[in-house]
Amino acid sequence: MRRALSLVVLSLSLLAACAPATPAVLRLATTTSTDDSGLLDAILPAFESKDNARVDVVAVGTGQALELGRQGDADVVLVHSRAAEDQFMADGYGTVRYDVMYNDFVIVGPQEDPAGIASAASAARAFTRIAEARATFISRGDDSGTNAKELSLWKAAGLEPGDQAWYRSIGQGMGETLEMANESLGYTLSDRGTYLSMSDSLSGLAILFGGSSIAENPDAALLNPYGVIPVNPEKVAGVNNALANSFAAWLTSPETQAAIGAFGVDTYGQPLFYPDAAQP
Amino acid sequence: MVVSAALGIPLGALLARARFFGRGLVVALVYTGMGFPPVVVGLAVYLLLSRSGPLGSLEWLFTPAAMVVAQVVIAFPVVAGLTMVAVEAVDPELSLQLRSLGATEAQAGRLLLREVQPGVLAALLAGFGAIISEVGAAMLVGGNIDGQTRVLSTAIVLETRRGHFGLALALGGALLTLAFVVNALLLRFQVAPRRLG
Repeated sequence: MRRALSLVVLSLSLLAACAPATPAVLRLATTTSTDDSGLLDAILPAFESKDNARVDVVAVGTGQALELGRQGDADVVLVHSRAAEDQFMADGYGTVRYDVMYNDFVIVGPQEDPAGIASAASAARAFTRIAEARATFISRGDDSGTNAKELSLWKAAGLEPGDQAWYRSIGQGMGETLEMANESLGYTLSDRGTYLSMSDSLSGLAILFGGSSIAENPDAALLNPYGVIPVNPEKVAGVNNALANSFAAWLTSPETQAAIGAFGVDTYGQPLFYPDAAQP
Repeated sequence: MVVSAALGIPLGALLARARFFGRGLVVALVYTGMGFPPVVVGLAVYLLLSRSGPLGSLEWLFTPAAMVVAQVVIAFPVVAGLTMVAVEAVDPELSLQLRSLGATEAQAGRLLLREVQPGVLAALLAGFGAIISEVGAAMLVGGNIDGQTRVLSTAIVLETRRGHFGLALALGGALLTLAFVVNALLLRFQVAPRRLG
């Protein structure tokens, strides 16, 4: 009896000893752009070793990422659609929103540029020219942050192309959308990072509006800020708020911000994301 | 679907009856085709119809025509394989017996056809099921373009991605209902002549 008891005590103490070695899991819902670009692969290992945590990344459109937060299927969201983020906060699903970084959008299209958008004065004017030329335009059509930006540009141009035959809403990710633009020789709006990472296989396309780097983008309307929001544990049950807060603090820390700013310089000769977290 | 049936049923019947050099290989290919991942079919059709592919000049990619091509390739082996099994299951002596009882070639053929009908119907239903629930190839070669190549299965993927789980579920229900109605109609079609006969 005594022996059995000591065995139980021993195994319990072993379990307790093992517990810290088992990593806690942080469920991060984010947009395809942060994952496809390779940014998360580059910076996340530092967080995982610091907090002995494992980050499960679900890369989806901003719309679904926020929905995952609402459903309690994510502990923290990293997205880029300011209006949707503000709604998420207003509904009480997030505890706080921090600026993290920004990248920018570019309008890509066939190298011949049949609609002549390269000389347009603004992104909205470029869209107007595409509509006037009735040139094929591929829309994400998936409620992603990129899709939201595209729709806001059409609105700024005073156009509603939704039901036009030359306007194709395909409800797919950035990669598929760029592939289709390349195949159909159409125009589309893309984040710069995804376009650059795929440009080798997109032989028919070129950046026609947006400049060759973020610094040279002529239209501030194309800048694209990312925010990180820990999901509110008082509103959504079962989320790991402590780890989510730790993640948000780490993401906005000077070290991580520097790593974000350095990412992509080796490969593309320019950063894909510019850090802009407010430092205390 | 109709194209798959038009190609698949004769091939299946031929494979079941005929004996020729390389038959085993063809049968193995058909069976492999039955288990072929539809998304790989989609990829092959995509590359074939791509602007830089051999059939790029057709400009079929991202049109319903491309989806039909992919669906034919997906459903054809299913229809052919199951038809083959159904025809093989009929006793080969039957046609001899019929002929010896004085049936003409045409009469014997009609009777044989009735004999294999349930099997062929099952083949068609399986082919139909493979196509209507298919999403990978439809997404790849159709492109899920709103109002042009968006079908129920790809719309479900989209609405799920958007976080519209309710709508996605409703579309799933619609897809199930559609599949059920088609199956019920085809099964009725099968049962009816039996009752008469």
